[in-house]
Amino acid sequence: MAQDGKALFQSDCASCHNPIKQVTGPALKGVTARVPDQKLLHAWIRNNSAVLASGNKYFNDLYIQFGKTPMNTFPQLTDAEIDAILKYVETYPEPGGGGAKNPNEGPATQTLESDNSLLYGILTLILAVIMLVLLQVNSNLRKLSDDKSGVPSHDPIPFYRNKVYLTFLGLVLFVIGGYYIVQAAIGLGRQQNYQPEQPIFFSHKVHPGTNQISCLYCHGGAWDSKMAGVPSLNVCMNCHAAINDYKGEPLYRANGKEVDATGEIQKLYSYTGYDPKSGKYTEPGKQIEWVKIHNLPDHVYFNHSQHIRAGKVQCQTCHGSITEMNEVKQFSELSMGWCINCHRTTKVNFPDSAGNGNKFYSIYEKFHQNLSTGKMDSVTVENIGGTECQKCHY
Amino acid sequence: MSEKKYWKSFGELNLSESYKKDQENEFREDLPSVLDDGKGMMDSKHPRRDFLKYLGFSTAAATLAASCEMPVRHVVPYLVKPDNMVPGVADYYATTFISGGDAVSIVAKVRDGRPIKLEGNELSGVTKGGTSARVQASILDLYDTARLRYPVQMVNNVPQEVTSFEAFDKLVSDSMAGQKGTFVLLTPTITSVTTKLVIADCLSKYPGSRHVQYDADSFSGMLLANEASFGKRSIPSYHFENAKVIVSLGADFLGTWLSPIEFARQYATGRKIDEKAPAMNRHYQFESLLSMTGANADVRYTHKPSESAAVALALLAAVGGAVSAPSLPENLKAGVSVAARDLLANKGKSLVVSGSNSKEVQTIVNAINEAVGANGTTITWEAENLTRQGIDSEFAKLVSDMNQGAISTLLIYDVNPVYDNPNSKNFKAGLAKVKTTVSFSGRLDETTELCKYILPSPHFLERWGDAQPRTGSVSMMQPVIAPLFRTRPFEDSLMIWSGNKTSYDNFFKQYWTAKLGGYNGYEKALQDGVVDQMTTLAGVVAPLTGAKYNAGSLAAAASAISSMKKGGTYEMILYQQVSMGTGAQSNNPWLLELPDPITRGTWDNYAMVSPNFIKEQYGINLSDHNQSDKFESHPERQVVRLKSGNSELLIPVVAVPGMPDAVFAIAVGYGRESADPKNTGAYIGLAAVGAGKNVYPFAWDNGTTVEWIVPEVSFEKTTEVYKVAQVQIHGSYEGRTSVIKELALSEFVKEPEEILDDRKKEMSKFGGIENFEKEGTLYPYADKPGIHWGMQIDLNSCVGCGACVVACHAENNVSIVGKNEVLRYHDMHWLRIDRYFTGNLADPNSIETVFQPMLCQHCDNAPCENVCPVSATNHSTEGLNQMAYNRCIGTRYCANNCPFKVRRFNWEDYTGADSFPNNQDQNGVGKLNESVLMMNDDLTRMVLNPDVVVRSRGVMEKCSFCVQRLQDGKLKAKKENRVFTDGDVKTACQQACPTEAIVFGNINNTKSAIVKARQENEHRLYHVLEELHVLPNISYLAKVRNPESEAKEKA
Repeated sequence: MAQDGKALFQSDCASCHNPIKQVTGPALKGVTARVPDQKLLHAWIRNNSAVLASGNKYFNDLYIQFGKTPMNTFPQLTDAEIDAILKYVETYPEPGGGGAKNPNEGPATQTLESDNSLLYGILTLILAVIMLVLLQVNSNLRKLSDDKSGVPSHDPIPFYRNKVYLTFLGLVLFVIGGYYIVQAAIGLGRQQNYQPEQPIFFSHKVHPGTNQISCLYCHGGAWDSKMAGVPSLNVCMNCHAAINDYKGEPLYRANGKEVDATGEIQKLYSYTGYDPKSGKYTEPGKQIEWVKIHNLPDHVYFNHSQHIRAGKVQCQTCHGSITEMNEVKQFSELSMGWCINCHRTTKVNFPDSAGNGNKFYSIYEKFHQNLSTGKMDSVTVENIGGTECQKCHY
Repeated sequence: MSEKKYWKSFGELNLSESYKKDQENEFREDLPSVLDDGKGMMDSKHPRRDFLKYLGFSTAAATLAASCEMPVRHVVPYLVKPDNMVPGVADYYATTFISGGDAVSIVAKVRDGRPIKLEGNELSGVTKGGTSARVQASILDLYDTARLRYPVQMVNNVPQEVTSFEAFDKLVSDSMAGQKGTFVLLTPTITSVTTKLVIADCLSKYPGSRHVQYDADSFSGMLLANEASFGKRSIPSYHFENAKVIVSLGADFLGTWLSPIEFARQYATGRKIDEKAPAMNRHYQFESLLSMTGANADVRYTHKPSESAAVALALLAAVGGAVSAPSLPENLKAGVSVAARDLLANKGKSLVVSGSNSKEVQTIVNAINEAVGANGTTITWEAENLTRQGIDSEFAKLVSDMNQGAISTLLIYDVNPVYDNPNSKNFKAGLAKVKTTVSFSGRLDETTELCKYILPSPHFLERWGDAQPRTGSVSMMQPVIAPLFRTRPFEDSLMIWSGNKTSYDNFFKQYWTAKLGGYNGYEKALQDGVVDQMTTLAGVVAPLTGAKYNAGSLAAAASAISSMKKGGTYEMILYQQVSMGTGAQSNNPWLLELPDPITRGTWDNYAMVSPNFIKEQYGINLSDHNQSDKFESHPERQVVRLKSGNSELLIPVVAVPGMPDAVFAIAVGYGRESADPKNTGAYIGLAAVGAGKNVYPFAWDNGTTVEWIVPEVSFEKTTEVYKVAQVQIHGSYEGRTSVIKELALSEFVKEPEEILDDRKKEMSKFGGIENFEKEGTLYPYADKPGIHWGMQIDLNSCVGCGACVVACHAENNVSIVGKNEVLRYHDMHWLRIDRYFTGNLADPNSIETVFQPMLCQHCDNAPCENVCPVSATNHSTEGLNQMAYNRCIGTRYCANNCPFKVRRFNWEDYTGADSFPNNQDQNGVGKLNESVLMMNDDLTRMVLNPDVVVRSRGVMEKCSFCVQRLQDGKLKAKKENRVFTDGDVKTACQQACPTEAIVFGNINNTKSAIVKARQENEHRLYHVLEELHVLPNISYLAKVRNPESEAKEKA
């Protein structure tokens, strides 16, 4: 099975390393050239303290250069995995259009569908006006012909007193008004595109985007718990004890104002009581009151770990392309219909004869039979009770 | 199977008018009608136009209000998150429940830093994972709003805050200065090894000081008797599991006597039936009231309280003791001789226990046990029960010393003799003569408010410690939450005041680290919560040795009994309810609202009397079709005035079948009241205000021990009535009888397939039992492709203790409704334990009682589901009858259509969950009790389970099979990429049950425990109201009694 170097890099390394930038640890691109001894490099990655203890000069110098910040150990990584990471690092494209853009990187190109509704609306309006004019002309002509043939006719009723028109208008208004009221009522309590200003301008574009820090590094609760959680400040300081300024591309707020990103890092220091000069925590810390963006009503039970571990759903499926967001906004509408639609179409990770898939579902014997006889082509979350009330409400 | 008639109420027994009417109108709740006055609609008080106006206005207002901005919510993460906790994931810590001398090993479920549920610790050799209602409810005591929040000093009877512990220490030492430096420490029985060491050390620093242990439910009689008979002032271990014949002389060993969780489990092992070779123990109960244990007995005899000693003596004579039998009524005599014959026939496999606190009676019981070979088999001395060590005479001596001014300093920890001692008046007088009085109690109870200095001790969930309920079995205690208030363990105070520099926490750690072979051993002990069988740890337990019986004291005891006070016309007996016990947890709404297993009464105590008493005194024949309603159809109960010595009491009477005539049985633990009754709510707690009457003053000191048997009381009728809130008088099965199935062991052995045959016959029309589900209906069969949940309840194992009911409250955020609402039949228990009587009302010995836990049956063809207009209740593919609260519009059709009457409606906003302010102020339709509002306090709400929504007004709710646990268990298996197994899920009721009466699991898995339990018990298995084709997913196992038919004939 091919190792996914990118995924491994993001989950294990990206919190301290960037392939082309020096962050908590050195920029990694070119590391295979700097340390040609592959065995030594593997040993270092798995257990750096042993290498340090062995007195290797290169690594000891590096250690001192980086303020004696110890690196985590990764005894679980296999040789193949380390090679995959290194391969990913070495093939990482240089900035500024140097290398060819990795086709897997960047957002999937979207075919922008032009919005024609305005055009149709104007067309409808023009046609309606023409229809009205024609109707008016028609009635005038009939009146004329009636006059000519001597058929007595009553006075013409102006269109604004014509009961047919008024009824029609009333009906149209009722339908349109009703539609908007119902839509507005459905939208009550929903916060799609909610993008509040946070106490610190924390850019997801910079952290998981540019720096490719794994989502779970900060939101580890998503792996174990129903709540993804907001990281405690000591997690921020794992990196920011060393990173005290921002040198990347300028960041802008939603209103177009440029952000003093280094100043935002200083804000973090003032919350944590950290003095970057001495490298010590000199003041008592204060807690940050982040504004909660994704709110579910109390009567809904939602479990992150269920979705990302049992369901293997990507974070971006519900949270959108978070790596593009400087300020996070609510991507999905988080409505019941939205949940149910996904449960109806998502396929369950059913075990197959090769042993892939989640063994939990092996108890669904009937579905297995149906799958093997071709009665079903896949099992959806709905089939296993994923749209029942007490899946989420209890 | 016998054609017995089972009834829940006298009305049901007689099919009285009001019963029939109630049955017809069970769900009728009058709407405030506008047309009652006969006028037209427009002239009525609320014309239609008004209605439309309000409707329009409120719709517009609601739209406006709702469309205003969404509230901004904040998330505040930790500064530094503790490594071992993940928000949203529960951690479990082993610790110990302590209340007086009782100690139960428990596991606390902690979510985000706050404990929300207690479970039994399965590693404990004593309780083996069982719990009681009181253990389950004790989590709520942690969040009690009446807890003392800081140290105080009483100045002119007003508590004043002492700002720091140092200031408090100085106050006490100043007050003690100039005195001889001796003190008396008054505590309940201390089972903690380290606390005892701290106390011993402190006493040695102040020579002349002493430690007095005091138990409200004293076992001094037994302790002294054992000292005389065995040379050990101690209590042995009982082994009900080894007994074929159990004779209880008024001991409520399944509910409140000594170690009920342990005994209930042992007892139940002897009553579980193996269908291949049916056998079970036989339980005789001789008692003066209908106790919960008596209700479980196979053979039951009632007698007057004053005859209890004579019964013991007669039994001794009948088993061949060297005493002459006293005179007893004929049927009692016959009963004693039958029991004696049975005991002797099972020599070495029988056990006699007595609930008496008289030294003499216990001496006789020791002699009986010796005669029937119990010593060494069902009673062993290798490990002693250490949970009761208080000696009444030591406390009496303390009281007299105090009154003589011989005591200058009294330290009181966790006892409340002003409330629960018969000598309360003298104790109070003596307390005023003691210069320095310090209390370490957690609240300003009756005793504490009379002390000068009060330093609250933390709740047991907030502290370190240990307990040794049985020699060699130590249970460890660790804090599971940071102390909520400014409290300090009383051991710390003793250590500081005796000049010890280390804290108790450190001492505890050092002691156990040394004893358990280093830090790893200590950590393991904390993790397990128990250290069992520590026979080898020197210094922790005394060497375990047996004890030799010595009959020396027998003759004196026998002669003392024959000269005991004879009973008067009316007698009284005090007893403990399984919920309230001695009253230590009397501000606990879960316990107050837990219906008593026998009377089904809540929120009060009352005098239990016999139906004959009602007939004689009030001329109401309860077995008469026309008369029983006069007594029962309303909650008002006649109040009587009882007098004995200087004590007097006005209390309502409740007629209970199976009560002996001319006996009043009243529960202790109620009637808490501060010196100034106005303070009760603030000092003792809002829920305790007005809950029952205190009957402790009727107990008396016989010179050696405190007696709860009052041989003579005078009784007077009054014109007053008092409302007693009983449940289960409402809610009927509409004359359907296939609810309880019971049979005698001999019948079962003879015709094991009787129940199965009945079911087969009933369902033969539909192609037999196997095809009943598909053939008995027109509806298509609904598939259960993955998991299919099922439960089985063994009526033979259920003893009716109510642990499951409280566990359900705690797990599912079931709300407390308060007495006013129980009176209106709005009780909210998802799980209730129905109590059925059968037998002849006039003969208390003939009354048999059956308990049946009743909860949502999760019918696969549920009648409730078909009638919901909005589909708020519907069926899942796992066989769950689901209830979506947010969808419910409150038509209550489902409750009307439920044959089991298990659906509960939120008539009021009990939880404060509705967004409207003042929604709980429902003066118009009935006032909510203060205790309900207390449950909505921010502090109390910390007990809520965050995975379960709190329900708001106007929605239906019911048992969900703990669906949050089911989903969690499935998720656990999914995450671990494996098949779901039995161990993944236990429902709260199942986990709490001390007798393992409930089995739960996946019936699609042929290897699961539930499938096995159903296969192995095929002959006793039945579904309640199976003939209705509602297809319940809960099955019951029929109750089997083991009466000796001869015994009944002779009697």
